[in-house]
Amino acid sequence: MSVAQAPLSDRLLIQRAARRSLPRRRIWGYVVVGLCIFAALAALSPLIAVLAYTVGRGIPAWSVDFFTQLPVPPGIPGGGISNALVGSLIIDGIAAAMAIPFGIAAGLFLAEQTSRFANAVRFVADVLAGIPSITLGLFAYALLVVTLGHFSGFAGSFALAILMLPVVMRTTEASIRAVSRDVWEAGAALGGRRVQVAFRMVIPAALGGIVTGCLLGISRAVGESAPLLFTAIGSQFYSFNPGQPMAAMPLDIYQLGIQAYPQAQLTAWGTALALVVIVLLLNIGSRMLARRLTRHAR
Amino acid sequence: MSSPALPESAVVRSSGGRRLRVTDSVYTRSLQVVALLFLALMVAFLTSMVLQSRSAFQHFGLGFITGQTWDPVHAHFGVLVFIVGTLASSAIALLLAVPIGIGTAILLAAYAPPFIKGPLSALVELLAAVPSVVYGLWGLLAVAPWVRTVLEPSLQKIPVVSAITSGPPLGIGLLLAGLILAAMVLPTITAVSRDVLASVPTEQREAAHALGATRWQMVRRAMIPTVRAGLLGAVTLGLGRALGETMAVTMVIGNNNVLPHSLIAPTQTIASVIANEFIEATEPYHLTSLVAAGLVLLVICVIVNGLARLLVWSVGRDRIQVDVV
Repeated sequence: MSVAQAPLSDRLLIQRAARRSLPRRRIWGYVVVGLCIFAALAALSPLIAVLAYTVGRGIPAWSVDFFTQLPVPPGIPGGGISNALVGSLIIDGIAAAMAIPFGIAAGLFLAEQTSRFANAVRFVADVLAGIPSITLGLFAYALLVVTLGHFSGFAGSFALAILMLPVVMRTTEASIRAVSRDVWEAGAALGGRRVQVAFRMVIPAALGGIVTGCLLGISRAVGESAPLLFTAIGSQFYSFNPGQPMAAMPLDIYQLGIQAYPQAQLTAWGTALALVVIVLLLNIGSRMLARRLTRHAR
Repeated sequence: MSSPALPESAVVRSSGGRRLRVTDSVYTRSLQVVALLFLALMVAFLTSMVLQSRSAFQHFGLGFITGQTWDPVHAHFGVLVFIVGTLASSAIALLLAVPIGIGTAILLAAYAPPFIKGPLSALVELLAAVPSVVYGLWGLLAVAPWVRTVLEPSLQKIPVVSAITSGPPLGIGLLLAGLILAAMVLPTITAVSRDVLASVPTEQREAAHALGATRWQMVRRAMIPTVRAGLLGAVTLGLGRALGETMAVTMVIGNNNVLPHSLIAPTQTIASVIANEFIEATEPYHLTSLVAAGLVLLVICVIVNGLARLLVWSVGRDRIQVDVV
């Protein structure tokens, strides 16, 4: 029997019980809010601690030499990470150049087609987004390092490109799907071919979302070191040739950070700060761009 | 997408130009070719992993999974230690991150006013943007000394806890790996749980209030039961992330190829043993065993992630972004 159907006397009893239990229920509410606020503070504490440590320990390592000089052997003060800056730029640039066009085309495919084949591709892309990045390093090693006979920056780019692919594909798909059907139909009504409608009308309308996805993909790749361990492998010198071993910032942080020399650790913190600044700028930039464009679209 | 049907010839004729014309069928075919290339790449990935690890599985059989010995010198390889290390460190991480993440998600979805909700969400998501290797550096150089001098000695003084935290306090080890992993999976669990909770229809929340429920009763009776599967999915996604995490764990887990006999013992995960030993692997069966370990990890992660996505999608596939977080 529900409350509404109950006889009047019972209903009054229920109302009274509800009113009487209100203080107790309110107190539980306060306890839970307190716990949730505590949880939120606990969730923020690692972020604050990581950033505070990285800034506090990294700033002392920064100098003009730090960004313009080559590394020096352990124990000797000075030196810099310019080769890792160059290496990261080249490795990530090649990775982006491979992943972005391919990812946008594949995302366009996912947005345009609803066949079983498209569902399979979408599923595989989702699975790819969740696999450990180090296994991509193993793939790049087998495919490029073993066959070419030496470690290379390009093998690292290849692994990072695969890592970026699902992000670019799925954000492209989502932003193209967000463009109104009317745009497709208007384009066709004007006599445009599908490719013209897609590239002249739909993609420009979805560009904000696509750029956001690309930036997010790049920011994910820039910080990755696991796939580079046995592909780009690192280097002490300038290397502008992607066919050769290359230094990269995340690799430097790992290789210097696990050394016992305070000087090496200082350089590791300085590199970590530079990497965090780059990654956060890419990340925040992409989010702000996304917000501005969605507001603009409204 | 079904395009408004126009006869292809009409379209081509009307557009006229002298330049190379990409007809609709050529365009559709080229997109399909790109998608096929993508699938081919993934097939190549899987094939390469299987081919590289085949000789390890053939040589050691099932003993590769159940063996506790990882001895490059005598060419004897079993990955049980690393499977245990991977599961144990992820379990510690979830134990810490689940209550914190879901608590934060409840705050964001049901309590926080907009001027707190936006910045708090953004900050938690920034936590996911910090590179893994930076967490590793922070864990190794900043958190490990604190764990060694403060956390581990005090845990060893608590009566029951001391039984599972025996051994010399080293700082690095299973416990520290779990702590760092907890920070790394928090954003995933928080962001997905928040979206899952937010997918509860407003009418349903308002109905609970109309029946006289306090806000917490509304959360507990009207929100959480509706999306229980999605919350489980959020946790499972976090698990998937913790299992495959490499650099941070490699730097803080102690890299010791023995079963952890205590919560604070240094041990090894599948990902960390690959990161540590792959470059120096020259002994027979060493390299192939490392790739085989990677294949085991890959299979575990694919299963966990597939499960997580099914759970999250059971709540609402369109409203919850899983990948970008």
